[in-house]
Amino acid sequence: MEGETPLLDELEKGRWPSFVKEIKRAAKKNKAALDLLKVQELSYKDKITHWKHGGIVGVTGYGGGVIGRYCDQPEKFPEVAMFHTLRVNPPAGWFYKTDALRKICDIWEKYGSGMTNFHGSTGDIILLGTKTENLQPCFDELTEAGFDLGGSGSALRTISGCVGPARCEWAMIDTLDITYNLTMEFQDEIHRPRWPYKFKIKISGCPNDCVAAIARADFTVIGTWRDSIRIDQEAVRDYVEKGFDIESVVKKCPTEAISWDREKGVLNFVAEDCTRCMHCINKMPKALRPGLDRGATILVGGKAPIVKGAYLSWVIVPFMKMEPPYMEVKELLRKIWDWWDENGRTRERLAELIERLGLKQFLRDIGLPAVPQIVYRPRSNPYVFLRR
Amino acid sequence: MARTDIGPPNYRDMLPEIIKRNYGKWKYHEIIRPGVLKHVAENGEELYSVRVGSPRLVSVDFIRDICEIADKYCDGHLRFTSRYNIEFLTDKKENVDRIIEEVQKLGLPVGGTGNCVTNVVHTQGWIHCHSAATDASGIVKAIMDELYDYFVSMTLPAYVRIAVACCINMCGAVHCSDLAVVGVHTKPPKIDHEKVSALCEIPTTIQSCPTGAIRRHPDPNIKSVIVREDLCMYCGNCFTVCPAMPLADPEGDGVAIYAGGKVSNARKPPMFSRMIVPYLPNNPPRWPEVVDVIKRVLEVYAKNARKHERMGEWIERIGWEKFFKLTGIPFTEHHIDDFTHAVETFRTTTQFKW
Ligand code: HEM
Ligand code: HEM
Ligand code: SF4
Ligand code: SF4
Ligand code: SF4
Ligand code: SF4
Repeated sequence: MEGETPLLDELEKGRWPSFVKEIKRAAKKNKAALDLLKVQELSYKDKITHWKHGGIVGVTGYGGGVIGRYCDQPEKFPEVAMFHTLRVNPPAGWFYKTDALRKICDIWEKYGSGMTNFHGSTGDIILLGTKTENLQPCFDELTEAGFDLGGSGSALRTISGCVGPARCEWAMIDTLDITYNLTMEFQDEIHRPRWPYKFKIKISGCPNDCVAAIARADFTVIGTWRDSIRIDQEAVRDYVEKGFDIESVVKKCPTEAISWDREKGVLNFVAEDCTRCMHCINKMPKALRPGLDRGATILVGGKAPIVKGAYLSWVIVPFMKMEPPYMEVKELLRKIWDWWDENGRTRERLAELIERLGLKQFLRDIGLPAVPQIVYRPRSNPYVFLRR
Repeated sequence: MARTDIGPPNYRDMLPEIIKRNYGKWKYHEIIRPGVLKHVAENGEELYSVRVGSPRLVSVDFIRDICEIADKYCDGHLRFTSRYNIEFLTDKKENVDRIIEEVQKLGLPVGGTGNCVTNVVHTQGWIHCHSAATDASGIVKAIMDELYDYFVSMTLPAYVRIAVACCINMCGAVHCSDLAVVGVHTKPPKIDHEKVSALCEIPTTIQSCPTGAIRRHPDPNIKSVIVREDLCMYCGNCFTVCPAMPLADPEGDGVAIYAGGKVSNARKPPMFSRMIVPYLPNNPPRWPEVVDVIKRVLEVYAKNARKHERMGEWIERIGWEKFFKLTGIPFTEHHIDDFTHAVETFRTTTQFKW
């Protein structure tokens, strides 16, 4: 192995931990990992990928969860001629007990290349590279160990949520429970693709949006509150006394809802002006806390640029209570999927369909009220289709 | 018979005891040093989290290594963040230094908290994807080797999130990152007419093109398509549905760089990242030109932005014209949008800076 991969070897140097070292580690035990290393070196030399389009491979009963992958130089790299990937649904919040992780490692050492992603950008455990005949036995052992596959293709993708109430004082909703509950409810939608395209659900406990739900999910749930930020004036003064630059924080409040009265040593706050952006709370976690009338804002449509450009999610329900068993949100999801399924073209994401048919039509068909919170500002043109 | 649809393990079975006891009852937290969070519960219990950078593309032995540390100091529990960092959780303060010592022995950095450059969200690249216009793991490694000090410290005006996607499918929140590197093709698809008729459905292929560049082959005897090259913007959408139309090209492929996106709602609403460099060639293994731009922009931001200002907030305040001036990055005609939402970016006021 030494000296055979001069370009990649360069990436063993430097302070940041090296993925090349990791591939080499796996390559000591596993021939597929060794071929993977060589294919990667060849790509570095040729400046081109050596992977081909995937064929349809998978496990019995599922339409997704496995990405088919073939090398374009099978004679040279027989061990990765087939190099399929399994997406494994992680526990909500990416919490693990080590025995569960070890089981995955053992199974993957037995059936696959020994290389993984912890995690993929959607949040799955990615088991990188195995042969077709290993897929089913690998899957069987994974389910024995309590794990199941995630979504791929035109299906519901693995749902993810932020760390939430497990370790964050700002969680306005139980992101882990919602993630788990919806995942269990929609197993069929995850495993059997049948929609126009992919669909993603992501859940963040507060407007900091640590799982980037607003940018990456077709259905975005973000925790929020309707009453007032709770202020501990004593703790505010304590910050200031310790030299904290409170003016710099107050100045950046987007709504001018807070102001610092230096004379009295009081943080003035107008609850009805606050748009709950989290800025002041983030900066003074010991003194400021979100309100107590908690729920979520529901937005739809976020996606990456392919095909018609990128979208951020749009507000459709300003406030929804989120209590188990989450019937309201499930019902809304089912209505949206039916509407999209009925009206969407192949490879048309929800946002693109809404743009084509109009947000007005969407709200009407789903049965949601038009409220000003849904838009930044009303239209400026006179072209209203009154009869549509 | 194999079981199906069992779903993931219940997260409740994975939580450390201190978290079970204080679930939903956290009061506040502090970052006691870069990479170490202290969460305090309503009842006064304290939880320490040590955040550790990972290369993400890891072997099973790497996972076993970190499991060993978690067994020793965290009662066999650990978690990952949405940006691939590992978090070791413990209620024993004295364990924090020991955990740090052990992860440093493994060569892993402790950091990724507060006003830092945290781990780079990224995609597969040449390691696994047919669609890749560049590698992802390699660029990330090259960038983070250079920005390492920003991971282990908290000295920036606000935190900076970087993402790398190896093609414009962008499997990652690349389009809303402070800094983003995106693989781009710059040559139209090369059509293998024989393979098209064998492998591809012609109407679907034609329909897949967002710009309508794909037409039926003019010779009715050839069951294939042609591409009007003047309409092609090298998105690769056709290749996704028709494997006989690859775009990858060693000389043409490279990366574009974007800046100023954000996801969080704090202060300004979420924003898209905007193109700052339309094209740089692939230069493996270390992509020095790319690393140079990223570092330069980061340093100009660090020097000029006000406290709490994210990259995009800073740029919007000073104006993009000023941004290009300060960074010395040339503005070209390619920076002017001519796709679907283009007109929203045209200036409709006489207010601007020189
Ligand atoms: C066959 C080649 C591809 C490979 C190997 C690949 C790999 C991946 C992987 C491993 C993930 C993370 C999955 C997870 O965590 O569950 C992902 C996510 C994603 N992929 Fe791909 N992908 C491929 C093709 C595509 C294509 C063709 C598109 C779009 C047309 C695409 C768009 C995305 C997006 C948008 C995400 C999700 C990002 C997010 O959650 O924000 N990928 N991809
Ligand atoms: C220092 C206090 C903070 C703590 C303890 C904290 C907690 C976290 C955690 C645990 C993650 C990983 C989330 C996960 O994997 O589930 C994360 C990521 C993130 N945090 Fe925070 N957060 C803090 C401050 C903030 C602030 C002040 C903001 C916004 C103003 C913010 C925005 C984000 C975002 C956008 C991500 C997502 C990263 C991504 O793109 O994946 N966080 N934070
Ligand atoms: S999104 Fe909000 S609640 Fe969730 S981890 Fe981030 S800061 Fe905490
Ligand atoms: S949460 Fe945001 S809008 Fe509300 S007071 Fe704080 S800084 Fe202002
Ligand atoms: S960003 Fe593009 S090239 Fe990279 S993994 Fe995703 S689809 Fe493949
Ligand atoms: S690369 Fe994109 S623009 Fe070019 S022909 Fe294919 S689908 Fe059309």
